[in-house]
Amino acid sequence: MPTEQTAPTLPTLLLLLPLFTALVILLGHKFLKGACVILSVASSVICFLVSLSMLGTVGEVWMPMLPFLEIGKLPLGLDALVDQQCRGMMFIVTSIGMVVHVFSMGYMKEDDAQPRFFGALSLFMFSMTGIVLAGNLVMMFLFWELVGLSSYLLIGHWFERPAAAEASKKAFLTNRIGDFGFMIGILMLFAVNHGDVRFLELKSSFESGNLHQLAQTQTTFMTVAALCIFMGAVGKSAQFPLHVWLPDAMEGPTPVSALIHAATMVAAGVYMLVRCSFLIEAAPAAAEIIAWIGGGTALMAALMATQQNDIKRVLAYSTLSQLGYMVMAVGLLALQVSHNTDTGPGHPAMFHLYTHAFFKAMLFLGAGAVIYSCHHEQDMWKMGGLAKHMPVTFVTFAIGTASLMGVPFITSGFYSKEAILGLAFEHGPTRALFWIGTLTAMLTAFYMTRLVVVAFFGKSRSDASHHAVEAPMVMVLPLIALAFATLISALPSVARLFQAMKYDHALPHHTVEICSITALLIGAVGAFMLYRGKEKDPLNIKLFARKFYFDEIYAVIVKVFQDGLAWMVTGLERIFVDGLVVRLPAWLAMRAGAAARLLQNGQLQSYTFLLGVGILVVIYLVVFVLPGSGH
Amino acid sequence: MITLSHYLVVSGMLFALGLAGVIARRNILIIYMCLEMMLSAANLALVAFSRFRVTPEGLPDYAAQSLVFFTITVAAAEVAVGLAIIVALFRAKQSVDVESVSKLQG
Repeated sequence: MPTEQTAPTLPTLLLLLPLFTALVILLGHKFLKGACVILSVASSVICFLVSLSMLGTVGEVWMPMLPFLEIGKLPLGLDALVDQQCRGMMFIVTSIGMVVHVFSMGYMKEDDAQPRFFGALSLFMFSMTGIVLAGNLVMMFLFWELVGLSSYLLIGHWFERPAAAEASKKAFLTNRIGDFGFMIGILMLFAVNHGDVRFLELKSSFESGNLHQLAQTQTTFMTVAALCIFMGAVGKSAQFPLHVWLPDAMEGPTPVSALIHAATMVAAGVYMLVRCSFLIEAAPAAAEIIAWIGGGTALMAALMATQQNDIKRVLAYSTLSQLGYMVMAVGLLALQVSHNTDTGPGHPAMFHLYTHAFFKAMLFLGAGAVIYSCHHEQDMWKMGGLAKHMPVTFVTFAIGTASLMGVPFITSGFYSKEAILGLAFEHGPTRALFWIGTLTAMLTAFYMTRLVVVAFFGKSRSDASHHAVEAPMVMVLPLIALAFATLISALPSVARLFQAMKYDHALPHHTVEICSITALLIGAVGAFMLYRGKEKDPLNIKLFARKFYFDEIYAVIVKVFQDGLAWMVTGLERIFVDGLVVRLPAWLAMRAGAAARLLQNGQLQSYTFLLGVGILVVIYLVVFVLPGSGH
Repeated sequence: MITLSHYLVVSGMLFALGLAGVIARRNILIIYMCLEMMLSAANLALVAFSRFRVTPEGLPDYAAQSLVFFTITVAAAEVAVGLAIIVALFRAKQSVDVESVSKLQG
């Protein structure tokens, strides 16, 4: 049994190794060439081993790493908070990171910009470990921005494609909106807790310190602060209304989608919310809003996923939907805690994050293998019959699908989804959230079955899929590893290692189980009957296929606001800058010049006359005025 | 008895006539002559002052008279330059009317 404390060097190593790798690749990619790949993969493997060894330790350690700013008596900077949550999340990040690194060796083999890709991947690993380790909100915010940057770099890896460049820009800008709220939230906590934003101190302050009293009296303040912090998660975890960037982010290479946009970075929002749960618990109103936004996102994204034809986009919407589940669980659990109900150890959101990370990363890598074998064909209606050509990919993909749908008793996804549904059933503000969750589960089963049936069964519908062969070993092995992880991740003996993640309080509730299994059957069987042997989509729901017209609505909003603002600013500029500051003085100077020009008439006589008048004036002054005034 | 005032009045009248000529006339040569007249007015005033300021020995104060010589000399040089300019101007414009030289108009 693990007993020792975590050695302080380990987190530092986890943080510095990817940074070092990224720097070396940045500076030396001209000389290193292929060695960049090996360097980056080696660094990810070492990180994995380190976090694996950390998983075997216990206790809660706070360690300062690099103080760089001092406000009052409080040092602000990098410090690590290593507890069970951190260790578990770190394991997820580094293990999936390692697998994705290995997979990328195969997937990106023919890419010209491999060093850039692996450099950015290492930068991402650095940023992500920073978020996971962060012991205070400011450090978390710094690394939060860094993952945003590395995500931008990786989505835009194929920047010569306009769609990829646009998508990276969209992801970055949309995240910026959320980050702005996050920053305001941090500053609000910073203000009320006298500049101390360390998680442990904030937590104890919320439990028994001055923030505890403040939360009783200033409920509006706490609600606003909690919602501002939540805005950060809305951006990063792509919740409604900032969800629009995630599907577009699929323009990036598929391993990136697996690592960043399915398993780790988008889950960072949930991780952050769990870290800040003390704040959300202190603001029940905010917790309820969070739960509703999560539930709404889950349902909406599932509806959109049913009508997507791009294999990666289906998975992207399913990621949105599952993140919605997690966010809903965060809100619900906080609500339950604020009602002074004992919740037991673990957090259902973290549990679902943990199981979802493995099977969703696997699904994306499986999709990547399919896309690779079909020569970068992503439209699933041009696939078909792939189960025969790519047996290993098919089996692993099927395991992932089963887990995502929550096939009872044998898959990890079932347990974590049950935990969330059970929470919604027993402790939700209304039963509505439970029914939303169940409906989402049904839709999940529907669109995943559709995906598998269309892409893997039936006849090949294009040359590319007809000649598809199994992906190379370097891509298949990661799939097998992740399938293994998916299968074992919900076993009690494994999940116990992730103590803070395993949610074992809610006893299986029979109503919940019956409902979710019924939903699963309806969805899966319905999709199977509907899509078996079809050449093209029998359903055509424009509203879902067009993603509820969110992109169009946002385009109009941006246009109206931006054009309005631009019009107003132009008006102000014309009046004040152009008019009062530039044109008016110029006009005055011009008129003065014109007046002065009248004197310069070029007539010798008038000059002389003026000279004479001047002399007379001088004489008059000298003779009659000056003597009188001077003495 | 002719006093200093008589001389100064004559000098002032000469100066005023000269100035009036400079301002009123168009012919550049007449203007030039009027200018010379104004110079002469100044010279006359200087000589008058010299004659009426007597030293204890009964002699006039010659300092002002010597200044007049300087003025005449400088005026001669000035006439040489001025006439040269007028000749050049006439060659360029075929006219001695100052109205034709108004290029400096703003």
